[in-house]
Amino acid sequence: MIERSYEKFFRQNRLPHLWCPGCGNGIGMKAIVQAIEKKSGWTQDNTVIVSGIGCSSRASGYMDFDTLHTAHGRAIPFATGIKLANPELNVVVITGDGDCTAIGGNHFIHGCRRNIDLTVVLFNNNIYGMTGGQASPTTPLGKKATTAPYGSVDRPFDACKLAEAAGATYVARSTAFHVQHLTKMIEDGMDNKGFSFIEALVQCPTAYGRRNKIGEPAKMMAWMRDNAVMKNAWDKLPDEKKLEEKFPIGLLYKSEAEDYDTAYSHVIEIAGGAAK
Amino acid sequence: MKSEFTLKLERCKGCGICVAFCPKQVLALDKLGKVYVANHENCIACGQCELRCPDYAIFMDKVKEAAK
Repeated sequence: MIERSYEKFFRQNRLPHLWCPGCGNGIGMKAIVQAIEKKSGWTQDNTVIVSGIGCSSRASGYMDFDTLHTAHGRAIPFATGIKLANPELNVVVITGDGDCTAIGGNHFIHGCRRNIDLTVVLFNNNIYGMTGGQASPTTPLGKKATTAPYGSVDRPFDACKLAEAAGATYVARSTAFHVQHLTKMIEDGMDNKGFSFIEALVQCPTAYGRRNKIGEPAKMMAWMRDNAVMKNAWDKLPDEKKLEEKFPIGLLYKSEAEDYDTAYSHVIEIAGGAAK
Repeated sequence: MKSEFTLKLERCKGCGICVAFCPKQVLALDKLGKVYVANHENCIACGQCELRCPDYAIFMDKVKEAAK
């Protein structure tokens, strides 16, 4: 066998990872390292992976870059600090739905608002997996969780719309089923100078799938295959066909705006320059 | 055979994703719940198993068949 080139980006002594059998986080992590591999100039020395707390955020421990496993919800503030201290670094944030949209919700929207040059990959598994399956802000209406045994009555966030409204300049979505597409979306996000947000739908067979009787991991991925609609096709779809479970994937929003590093460098200039 | 499989069984958790998405039912799970190559002759070397394995346990390399 030819050794896969992306394997060098993993801390081999940490594998196999601790995620449950069939967990989609592994697929998402591989998509990220493959996207980094395709970027010329991105090396293990100038790329920083920052993550918060949660199943998804364990990824930083398996990736052989400079990594930072931070406080719950605070991955984006830590990443902001890294980026401002050294704008030359490429900073990727790995976060989960609870981490990013619940406890870190404010950090998330303000990161978007500042348009700081980060690539934020949200692993959305629709549940708090690590702590035992509590309902998260992205648990769909009516789906069961330990804190919602009769089905969730809280309307879920659409993290992509939230990012777009808050000012992110690149917003995309993909799923664990569409591995190559997910890799491409992350790769394009890395190209964007500004806040890039990629929502990766991943399956949680243990806490979410089992409680909602969806079945094995492959069935959860088949659900993604059957319900994801490419953005182009989605735009042409009449409203009555945009059924409840269907969702668009692909590049959802892109705009141009000055990124935070550039804006801040103007301030440094006006204030008399940083000490050299 | 169109393909050559490398299995890193210490990584396999037996989730069955590769088995389910194989279009030719080449793979199966053994008694211990680990993947094995059951029908190698049916393999079309599409690589879907490797693509979606969340544990990086299965690797498929294309093999050029010897001219008959």
